[in-house]
Amino acid sequence: MITKEIFEKLKEKFGDDIIRLDESVKDPFVVVNPQKWLEIAKYLHDDPDLYFDFLMSIAGVDYPDENLIRVVYHLWSYKHRHMLVVKVELNRENPVVDSIDSIWANANWLERETYDLFGVVFKGSRNLKRLLMPEDWEGHPMRKDYEEPKEYHGISTERENPVYLFHLVKPPEEE
Amino acid sequence: MSKVEKVDITKTTHIEHTADGVIMVTNLDLAVNWARKNSLWYLLFATACCGIELMQTGGPRADLDRFGVVFRNSPRQSDFIIVAGTITYKMAERVRRLYDQLADPKYVLSMGSCSNTGGLFQHSYSVLKGVDKIVPVDVYVAGCPPRPEALTHAILKLREKVGREPYFKNYVGTRFFKFMRWIKNDN
Ligand code: SF4
Repeated sequence: MITKEIFEKLKEKFGDDIIRLDESVKDPFVVVNPQKWLEIAKYLHDDPDLYFDFLMSIAGVDYPDENLIRVVYHLWSYKHRHMLVVKVELNRENPVVDSIDSIWANANWLERETYDLFGVVFKGSRNLKRLLMPEDWEGHPMRKDYEEPKEYHGISTERENPVYLFHLVKPPEEE
Repeated sequence: MSKVEKVDITKTTHIEHTADGVIMVTNLDLAVNWARKNSLWYLLFATACCGIELMQTGGPRADLDRFGVVFRNSPRQSDFIIVAGTITYKMAERVRRLYDQLADPKYVLSMGSCSNTGGLFQHSYSVLKGVDKIVPVDVYVAGCPPRPEALTHAILKLREKVGREPYFKNYVGTRFFKFMRWIKNDN
């Protein structure tokens, strides 16, 4: 099935919770209502015509201009050999969405990564902890407005530019 | 660590043939350092792509073994640590702990741009900007990654440094000399 057919099938079942279909990009995607995402995911996994048995990836994308964080899910069906890209749009201040690790178990690590780097909270997750950064890290570094702290556990996070160190060139005046 | 001038071994060493056999009189530091620098063992610690080149250097073609440099899996058996690869802040504290576990006298060899300065990841939020921020480094090797020849050269430099050190002054201290005097007076 191509994305358009899947979209129509979903639209039939869930109505307004399937928000829109975008076919203008190379990988067409479906935007769904984050409140109903768990239900929709279950349907995508269980329905014999769709049968998405493999979750390829979960990624976050930060859009500060629109005040949105989009979480992108890539699904693949080994049986039918078709792919689906699903996006949910979350508020940047308080991004919360249902966890789907009860459906695809590998979602847990992918969600932890997205939580770690973007601060998206996955409700009902088995184990929502930071995956990559140290557990006491502050902030979510892949957000566009993230600023690196001056030090971490007493280790300075800055290194002098050797060009300035040897007085070959004068550093630019500090504002 | 204080440095000493390079000692000319031919001036400080002489050999006597006596009826009891051959007696060699030499500088004790020289003799001990000669033994030390010919069995430098390193802690196998590779965190990124430089580790592949480190393995290559240990392999048959570049063959570090011929200098008595072999890898150990435990810091407690090692003389120095080769930091080969990118160090993140999460790893940094572990590096420091491994360094603390090395037995004295210990050395650090920083291999590759990443562990020298953060390398091509130095604008990243999670990468340590140079391993010298957490441990004292003896030898830096430039390159991304350094060739096995470069690493071998660095190890030769480290050997030179080990060979020149006033070992008894730095690590054994006055206790040894007191002990020697005590033996002398006793007999
Ligand atoms: S210096 Fe280059 S080769 Fe070495 S760990 Fe860094 S990126 Fe990899």
